[in-house]
Amino acid sequence: MPGSGAAGGEGGAGRRNMGGIKGMADPRGYGIERVAYWLMRLSGLGLLAYFVAHIYETSNILRGRAGWDEMLATTQTTEGHVLLAVVIGMCVFHTANGVRLMLGHGGLGVGRPARPDYPYAPLSQGARHKIGIYSSIVLAAAASMYGLAVMFGEVH
Amino acid sequence: MRESTIMRIHYGTALGAVALVAVHVLFRFTQDFSDSLQYESVIANYQFLPYAGLLEIILVLLSIHGFNGLRVVLLELRQGRAYEKAVSYGCLAAMFAVIAYGSRTIIMASAGTVS
Amino acid sequence: MARRGLAAEAAGTAVSPSRTVTLRISRENPADARGGERGFSVHKVPVEKWTTVLDAILDVKKHIDHSVAVRYSCRQATCGSCGMLINGRPRLACFTKIDELGADTVTVEPMKNFPVVRDLVVGFERLFEAHRGVKPYVVGAGGSGGPPGAAEAAPQTPEELERFVQFSACIKCGLCNSACPTMATDSSFVGPQALAQAYRYVADSRDKGREERLKIIDESHGIWRCHFAGSCSQVCPKGVDPAMGIQLLRGYLLGFRK
Repeated sequence: MPGSGAAGGEGGAGRRNMGGIKGMADPRGYGIERVAYWLMRLSGLGLLAYFVAHIYETSNILRGRAGWDEMLATTQTTEGHVLLAVVIGMCVFHTANGVRLMLGHGGLGVGRPARPDYPYAPLSQGARHKIGIYSSIVLAAAASMYGLAVMFGEVH
Repeated sequence: MRESTIMRIHYGTALGAVALVAVHVLFRFTQDFSDSLQYESVIANYQFLPYAGLLEIILVLLSIHGFNGLRVVLLELRQGRAYEKAVSYGCLAAMFAVIAYGSRTIIMASAGTVS
Repeated sequence: MARRGLAAEAAGTAVSPSRTVTLRISRENPADARGGERGFSVHKVPVEKWTTVLDAILDVKKHIDHSVAVRYSCRQATCGSCGMLINGRPRLACFTKIDELGADTVTVEPMKNFPVVRDLVVGFERLFEAHRGVKPYVVGAGGSGGPPGAAEAAPQTPEELERFVQFSACIKCGLCNSACPTMATDSSFVGPQALAQAYRYVADSRDKGREERLKIIDESHGIWRCHFAGSCSQVCPKGVDPAMGIQLLRGYLLGFRK
């Protein structure tokens, strides 16, 4: 395979002219699919961070009632609820978009090869996947709002 | 291990985790959300063995999926033999550490050895 | 209204008035002993409705500054030489009319994810190496010994041809590799161009090299580093749709396709 070496971010660009981290993380200019790529990566990293924090958070149960209540007091705050709502949103988006990606990775919904006609609208970027992305975003937003309503006691 | 095998595991753990996390979240709704987080309620959850088993499976699935995802992101950021080896083994070690730490909580809480 | 000098059948065609746009050309010479700092040269160029970005660059090169380095050949989106970033997006300069950009300033830069040779010219070594790496030819029954001989030539049905003919249109211009987010940081990634070509041969009913090819791309910087962002397909000037090819190819590795 082609050469190896540090790709670097902006610092590694220059003569090698790699897009770097900015080129990878910039969601603009290539439509909703590129935004979905960026959100998928961001939500994945966010969920991993939350998962590790959650494992630590729940280990407080071993400190008995006092330890558990102490932990609850630090997490059951307005900021904690908002953070959890963001986590719910990330989780729902990552799940729904992940299912879309898995289907796509298996070759489902990406269209069938055919002789392309000008202006060459790519079939793999068709309505099915676009609907999947927008649905994932809407579901994530709805789940976040429902989570906020539950945590702030509006819904039981 | 071939990359396709690793990615099959990645997809499999994702699907498994989605189903089980849904059950885990629904358990919070068997009663009022804030009540479900009370000490007695949480201890009761842990001491209900099928649920403790479910938590253990979620722990393993999410650790594998999450740290493999992190490995993928890190492998794409930089390249080089030493770096890639460090990333792969580092993620594997982190995965085992999280599984061990989480398992300790589940086992001790379900066995009732809480201070 | 009929215009004097126009053929009768074209008389209804409105003749666009020429206008002037600002053309910003990225200038850089890494081989320069003084360090080859990057900058832009700015030019006012007259354009017509039909003026392409390549026409404008060549206009500058001919009349204003002949030191501008640009690679081009066919001027009809066939050779794949004139790929560059035009207003931030990878495009073929010969296939992009200035008028369709809808901007008064046109900025041209070398394609991202390719090393700069000079100004707008980039090196294609990595793309060609990756392309060669996936065995871009029909492997005969004898294994990886190269393309089949006349004795091995096999007829194909139109349906069999349809499965890969779209991917045969690749002109190796590198726009897909320039748009790919993985290529931006992963200097070992095979890239959408080579992966789409791997699919083109894997899907060919005459090819006997499928297993070999799938093995080549099934490694840590192979097909699995594609995350289906689809930017490659959006910039392809020939409608190849590399993202589709890559997902279909992955279907073989996952066992969804036989």
